[in-house]
Amino acid sequence: MIEKTAVASKEMVRSRFPKDKDVLFRPKAIIECYKEIPCNPCETSCPFHAITIGEDINAIPQIDFDKCTGCGICVHSCPGLAIMVAMIKNGKAYFKVPYELLPIPLVGERWLAVNRNGDVISDCKIEQVMPGRKSTNTTTVVTVSLEQPYLYDFVTIRRPGDE
Amino acid sequence: MIKRDLVIVGGGPAGLSAAKVALDAGMSVTLIERFNQLGGQLIKQTHKFFGSQLQYAKTRGFDIARILIDDLKGYDDQLEILLDATCVGFYPDKVLTVYQYGKYMKYLGGSVIIATGASEKVLAFENNDLPGIYGAGAIQTLMNIYGIKPGKEVVMVGSGNIGLIVSYQLIQAGVKVKALVEAASTIGGYLVHASKLKRLGVGFLMNTTVKKAIGKDHLEKVVTVKLDDRWQEIPGSESEIDADVLCISVGLSPLHQLLSMAGAHMLDVSELGGLVPKKTCDYETSIDHVYACGDVTGIEEASSAMVEGRICGLMAANHLGFKHPEAQSLEDDLNNQLCVLRQGPCGEKIRCGLKKVGEIYD
Ligand SMILES: Cc1cc2nc3c(=O)[nH]c(=O)nc-3n(C[C@H](O)[C@H](O)[C@H](O)COP(=O)(O)OP(=O)(O)OC[C@H]3O[C@@H](n4cnc5c(N)ncnc54)[C@H](O)[C@@H]3O)c2cc1C
Ligand code: SF4
Ligand code: SF4
Repeated sequence: MIEKTAVASKEMVRSRFPKDKDVLFRPKAIIECYKEIPCNPCETSCPFHAITIGEDINAIPQIDFDKCTGCGICVHSCPGLAIMVAMIKNGKAYFKVPYELLPIPLVGERWLAVNRNGDVISDCKIEQVMPGRKSTNTTTVVTVSLEQPYLYDFVTIRRPGDE
Repeated sequence: MIKRDLVIVGGGPAGLSAAKVALDAGMSVTLIERFNQLGGQLIKQTHKFFGSQLQYAKTRGFDIARILIDDLKGYDDQLEILLDATCVGFYPDKVLTVYQYGKYMKYLGGSVIIATGASEKVLAFENNDLPGIYGAGAIQTLMNIYGIKPGKEVVMVGSGNIGLIVSYQLIQAGVKVKALVEAASTIGGYLVHASKLKRLGVGFLMNTTVKKAIGKDHLEKVVTVKLDDRWQEIPGSESEIDADVLCISVGLSPLHQLLSMAGAHMLDVSELGGLVPKKTCDYETSIDHVYACGDVTGIEEASSAMVEGRICGLMAANHLGFKHPEAQSLEDDLNNQLCVLRQGPCGEKIRCGLKKVGEIYD
């Protein structure tokens, strides 16, 4: 189905999260790269060797949540914008997501939270913004918080007013 | 007539990579590029590339171009670069005619590498010459080289990687993508690219094509029509989308003309995008000391174009007796890189096509 819609099913999304939700009391990378493509910067960029693709760079990346520290380096290294970092804290879901549009959000603003189908599901708070830098060729990474029930639905942010 | 050990036509990733290796082997090289800058398709690519570190993965396309161009610095006494120079003739005796600034010049290469890349395919429908209808390459050139927005609202045709990437770049430039139209029932390009668009709210119209364009002096509406599973139009399924830009991205075909003109043995291989030269596994065409690499030998990726280019440079040098300091280890390493890039399901079509032209065996 994903080949027709570009939207991952609920089961596919769940399969990328730790089985035990408590693991998310610490930040963990969620890798949504479902199909084999010749690509491996996630594996080579992770300083903690938490991601494995192996010699065949077409293989699907596998993550070891025990090793992942949630540092977010893979988030801005992935050319497919397919990785985010998720965490649960005080009943809220926190995400670090890549963001490549202008304007870049400002800390404290409230933006819209969007699901994989492109629909607005809630609003969210911009907690932190790490602007991409040309010198290190990084992508801007934004940290947001929203209500925990949206944990498996949220995927990106949208500027309020942009339909 | 100007004589060189090696003449390379095309300054994209394949040609640039070939030049570097040939220079290291000690050859005198002329690189001919018809655009006013080197880099080929790469200079229009603002996204980060896939592949592995060996092919500069996670580097943006235009930055890869810069790396490859910088690699050619320091060879002033060996290398001549001609910009705004089009190779218009190529003959079996390895003579090339080059047109630059109103003058024709004749070159003779001990070896010649053809790395001319590819051109875009077009789509036939009523009114397809209305202003506002572009190929994806033209849109990229306007936006990413000249900084000009092509319009306000666009309909994209084609869900291959180029259609997906250019749609994303249009959104980044502040242009609304109204819909992405695809005749097949499944998305052609990488799903990670498609998902990026979907979450930005782009609708994918599958099993759909463009029937006609409507507008007086400029595109105003696009009429789409649904297709059945035999790609026949379903009567009555037409619908109209308001848009001032229609972007066509339905594939590329190799720029084979120079090779055909010189009489190289050509084959029509659909998996590789059209007419391509028959090759040995040394990348030599049916004409001795004439090599081809990159998209002109089959539509693929910049990652493989760079590796193929390096192999071609190495072979061109080897066969004329120039010794690259690391010839053997380089050759093994490059062949291995190509294997790795092509071994997954995405590489299946390419592998099948390359068997037909003789570049790879079972
Ligand atoms: C939108 C888009 C996105 C892409 N994304 C990726 C990606 O993420 N990863 C990836 O690996 N690849 C990607 N590619 C593919 C990649 O850009 C091409 O495969 C690659 O550029 C091919 O290299 P090349 O050197 O064979 O040809 P080109 O880059 O096309 O270069 C050929 C050069 O030859 C010149 N030329 C042609 N004819 C003549 C002549 N007669 N005389 C003189 N000069 C001539 C042309 O002007 C051009 O500069 C993308 C392509 C596009 C269009
Ligand atoms: S978040 Fe950091 S530790 Fe975790 S996988 Fe990504 S790079 Fe590795
Ligand atoms: S870097 Fe991103 S797109 Fe590439 S394999 Fe890893 S997750 Fe997939």
